[in-house]
Amino acid sequence: MIGDLGRTIRLGLKSLLLHKLRSSLTTAGILFGVASVIAMLAVGEGASQDALMRFRDMGVTNVLIRSKKPEETQQSSSSSGMSILGYGLFYKEADRIADALPSATVVRVREVQRGLMRSENWVSSIVIGTEPAFLPVTNMQIAEGRWLTDLDLSRQANVCVLGASLARALFPLENPIDQTVLAGTEDRFRIIGVLEYQGRAAGASGTTYDECAFVPMTSSRRRFGDTVRNLSTNRFEAVELHEIKVRLETSEEVESAAAVLRDMLLPKSDPAIGGMAPHVKAGDVEITVPLELLKQEEASKRMFNIVLAVIASISLLVGGIGIMNVMLATVTERTREIGIRRALGAKKKHIIQQFLVEAGVLSALGGLVGVGLGLLIPDLITRFFDQRTDVLPQHVLLAFGISAAVGVVFGIYPAWRAANMDPVEALRHE
Amino acid sequence: MTDSRPVIAEFVDVHRHYVMGDNVVKALAGVSVQVKKGDYLAIMGRSGSGKSTMLNILGCLDRPTQGAYLVGGRDVSRLSDDALSEVRGHEIGFIFQSFNLIPQLTVLENLEVPLFYQGRIGPESRAKAEHLATRVGLAGRLDHKPMELSGGQQQRVAIARALMNDPLFLLADEATGNLDSNTEREILDLLDELRAEGVTIVIVTHNAKVAERADRTLWLKDGTVECFVDNRKTQAVPS
Ligand SMILES: Nc1ncnc2c1ncn2[C@@H]1O[C@H](COP(=O)(O)OP(=O)(O)OP(=O)(O)O)[C@@H](O)[C@H]1O
Ligand SMILES: [Mg+2]
Repeated sequence: MIGDLGRTIRLGLKSLLLHKLRSSLTTAGILFGVASVIAMLAVGEGASQDALMRFRDMGVTNVLIRSKKPEETQQSSSSSGMSILGYGLFYKEADRIADALPSATVVRVREVQRGLMRSENWVSSIVIGTEPAFLPVTNMQIAEGRWLTDLDLSRQANVCVLGASLARALFPLENPIDQTVLAGTEDRFRIIGVLEYQGRAAGASGTTYDECAFVPMTSSRRRFGDTVRNLSTNRFEAVELHEIKVRLETSEEVESAAAVLRDMLLPKSDPAIGGMAPHVKAGDVEITVPLELLKQEEASKRMFNIVLAVIASISLLVGGIGIMNVMLATVTERTREIGIRRALGAKKKHIIQQFLVEAGVLSALGGLVGVGLGLLIPDLITRFFDQRTDVLPQHVLLAFGISAAVGVVFGIYPAWRAANMDPVEALRHE
Repeated sequence: MTDSRPVIAEFVDVHRHYVMGDNVVKALAGVSVQVKKGDYLAIMGRSGSGKSTMLNILGCLDRPTQGAYLVGGRDVSRLSDDALSEVRGHEIGFIFQSFNLIPQLTVLENLEVPLFYQGRIGPESRAKAEHLATRVGLAGRLDHKPMELSGGQQQRVAIARALMNDPLFLLADEATGNLDSNTEREILDLLDELRAEGVTIVIVTHNAKVAERADRTLWLKDGTVECFVDNRKTQAVPS
């Protein structure tokens, strides 16, 4: 039976090869349909994997609260000079959050821009003042030495942990552990550890934790103070905390925690009802919930897939009609062959089988070339547009399977016509 | 003298009527005939006398409107389409005027077609095809396409194909109509040889030279048997 199918396929190929041009033109519809489906799926998958990975890197059980510099108003910019712009999260707020969400881990983050110097090497970097829980909450690992401890914090120790890239920039040849590094002009820190390479963005700024140095929260406060001169605007800014990372125990808790935090920190539309936290100035806090972004991305991917399915169906429908058209022509042309086969003992089902196989082979051939093209296009897109693309094997199988199925489905009517010819008439056909 | 040979094919008062609107064309109007094993029967008659109609029923491509057609003793006149296909595939070997080889298939593949529909493709079918190709004088041509062969050679392939399923009888429709007279003679000689080996042959023809090779000629007229002619005695026997 399997051998018979193989024979039918082989002989079907022979018949198709009788009309090489016609057969190849017919498969073009299927070919481009399959190729575009694979390519579009690859681009969609790549883009969404990109986004998903970014959100996952932020931590799906985390809620990130960042201080955001408010839009500068007319008056504040005119009264520049020596005024200090104060905004963002306060130390107190981290405590309130910890009280409101007892099961959550709350991590305080201060970011201070400083030049770091080690002998002749100088790197402009961000010195992050934080606490021990930072490491588990960001899923980072220590490569060498150790991470910050509670003792470091309580002692306001002048110790620091380097990101992998920063460590390599400052210490290209030596082991950095127990060496010192100069932050700014006067603050000297002893290096106690180096982080594993991460390769992902820390925040909106685009810098990665690999390029940062980490010091105890308390040391950062004592050494650098709360007022920082913004080098680009040449103004003093007072920010207590740049970020508070809140880690929940499970992703189920994220939604309610995010609601609590928004309620607590974001300005209300109507202050009369809820009342705004008096010490939080409107619009200087931004709450990012990676899980929500993840879900949004998944929803938009579903939408994309629906659109794609519609496009794919249309192009495969067009391809299928092409197949049907050419199969009808084939059946008419080969009426006599059908008569001969019937005279030699073929049942109707054999004739149906034969033409269904031919239609299937025809569209599967188109599908096969389409798969080739569909694998090539994402590659070119990645190369020339620097857009991540992911070709999933199941997408390729799906597209190919559908193409073969299209041929069979659209081959049914021509095959049925062939099988139901009167053998006597068919034999008489010229 | 009693003839103990088994009856292979038998028409019992076969009618075939075509209904054309209000008209009924009686292409066959009560034909009875027996073909015994080893017979060589020719069917002749003027145009429109019902030869093709008779051949179609003999070949199980068509069914009688009335009457019975027995193949190997079994009435096939009421069989389903599938069952008729099986009878054709197992019991009948067709030879056509225009050879009717399938153009895109090689000689070997053409020869294997009847066995394919019986699920009997394999080393045996190949050996059989080789044997029969040699028998009809076409050894070494198995991988050729029909278009690469002459008309006579194509008809030899067709004859070999008709023998592939070891049929009860060969059914030839004007088998030499498309051939020149030399080739015609070669093909008729081949049929004679097969006949001598015990193959039963029924041939429909317009051509007296073809018919005289047969033992008997059945003359059709207006859908009825006009007479049988015994060619060995060359005298008409009224039906
Ligand atoms: N499919 C059909 N529909 C209607 N009438 C038919 C059909 N086939 C044959 N006939 C009629 O049946 C009669 C016998 O036709 P048939 O084809 O059997 O003759 P024939 O002896 O083969 O003639 P020829 O020598 O010209 O081939 C004719 O009158 C013909 O018109
Ligand atoms: Mg005729």
